[in-house]
Amino acid sequence: MAAGKFLIGNGAGFSGDRVDAALPVVRTLIARGLPSALFFEVLGERTVALAQLAYQKDNNAGYEPMLERLLSPVLELCLEHRIPIIGNFGGANPSGAARCISDLAKELGLKSPCIGIVEGDDVRGLDLQQYPVFEADAGIDTFGGEIIAANAYLDAQPIAQALTSGADIVVTGRTGDPSLALAPLIWHFGWSQHDWDRLASGSVAGHLLECGAQLAGGVFFDPGYKDIPDPANIGFPIAEVDADGSLLVTKADGTGGRVSVASVKEQLLYEVHDPACYITPDVTIDMTNIKLTQEAPNRVRVSDVRGRPRPEQLKVTISHDGGWLGEGEVSVAGPNCRARAMAMADTLRERLKIRQLPVRSRIDLIGLGAVHDNDAGDLTREHSAADPLEIRVRIAAAGSRQEDVDQAAREALAMLCCGPAGTGGARWSTSRRVATRSCLVPRDDVPARAVLLEDIT
Amino acid sequence: MIEVPLHEVAHGRAGDKGNRLNISIIPYHADAMPSLAGQLTESRVLEKFRHRGATAVRRYDLPRLSAFNFVIDDVLEGGVNTALNLDGHGKTLSFFLLSMSVCVDRAFLVPGSAWARGDGC
Repeated sequence: MAAGKFLIGNGAGFSGDRVDAALPVVRTLIARGLPSALFFEVLGERTVALAQLAYQKDNNAGYEPMLERLLSPVLELCLEHRIPIIGNFGGANPSGAARCISDLAKELGLKSPCIGIVEGDDVRGLDLQQYPVFEADAGIDTFGGEIIAANAYLDAQPIAQALTSGADIVVTGRTGDPSLALAPLIWHFGWSQHDWDRLASGSVAGHLLECGAQLAGGVFFDPGYKDIPDPANIGFPIAEVDADGSLLVTKADGTGGRVSVASVKEQLLYEVHDPACYITPDVTIDMTNIKLTQEAPNRVRVSDVRGRPRPEQLKVTISHDGGWLGEGEVSVAGPNCRARAMAMADTLRERLKIRQLPVRSRIDLIGLGAVHDNDAGDLTREHSAADPLEIRVRIAAAGSRQEDVDQAAREALAMLCCGPAGTGGARWSTSRRVATRSCLVPRDDVPARAVLLEDIT
Repeated sequence: MIEVPLHEVAHGRAGDKGNRLNISIIPYHADAMPSLAGQLTESRVLEKFRHRGATAVRRYDLPRLSAFNFVIDDVLEGGVNTALNLDGHGKTLSFFLLSMSVCVDRAFLVPGSAWARGDGC
């Protein structure tokens, strides 16, 4: 078993994250002079389905659209300093993403990297009706409609295998988010598949890091209550892990933000239900005994992580066509804008009745409580705030046909000439939706594996 | 004792899974845990989110971390794939819970709180 610490850095927490965040992380990993790895988490729950739709249109698409922008600042440094890069940039097309990285290396004049690809998360070939439903969106016709995508959350093992095979970069599709960080620890320290406490510790490292800036002040700062320095340059996180699973979290040197006990607590509980039973494909984590200690500025020790056996089944997310969403917005401003916005909302509701469009709709008065309100607008009606400087009125409509939701959204546009006084700045758009449900599938039905790009081309 | 929005005493973060939301509530002062536990009951939090169609609330207490974790069912109007709400993930709903009124010892207010000199309750 290798001695000494291993460092894991995170370069992105979602598709759409800051593309200049990874470089300070990599510079810090190099400066520490310890063995390390860098991971990117860019694949949201629905993203695979949207990537699958992109792939159906174009076989050279269907992977992370910002892939080159994310990797070009750090690829040369990581290859030179033997820092493996792991990312779920694969989306619906992991081999396409691998080829893109290979081409990027050529463009940058680098020697050809060894790229590993994790396959097997796409389980559309299985008869998915045989498995029990785990979760479903409200109102989903569970087995109706065409399946766009069905992907299992794979565990860390195939990534660790790819690293053992010599991969400099490992591209995955759907995989457990914490598994992206756990995999290099399994590879480096040789942790057994049943060493639950260590696997739990490594998975908590991944859980804390997988949302990037959120550990160091992103989704955290609240002026006068929870201030952080330099929010325009929040440092992305780094975990320092020992062979025995000891864990400390910190962030890139020379960056903004702050890693504190408070920020780590918020991220530890992020998207957690029962803290005694946080399930990943690799291990079941018990967070209830965890102790957090500020050892130095921006350095928080995470101790007493406990693990129990992993689940026997893997979670599979199945995505169906979810129809279309249309959105239209327009502003009203100045004296009496609240009354004018209310009148516009009533007019929009009346217009939808007159048009008889087959859509489900909602009107928001943005600035008067839209995001906390329900579809009926009850909070906004009850709340008697003073007239704000301006209000943005929004219509949202969902339906099975793009044309219907587009027509509904354009009712906001029509307000430019037909609406109340002092109305301007209309925008409208339509977007495709996916509906998801999940089921639990025995591991044996999901034969995942790692291959090297050089072996399949 | 003073009546203040929960935001003066605690911070927290919301995260979604399907039509279910979790909100962590973390007091600035660990000693505020027992007082808040008595006030942030599952039924009171369910009532706070009733207008959103919430059907159940489960509270998990984490004494070692000095934190609560609330899990709220059916509060996202179908979830991010179905909701018409601008914030389909419900990320801003942590601050809706933080707007709830609580009665606390002034010593538990966030340092520098403008409410420190306010009226008692």
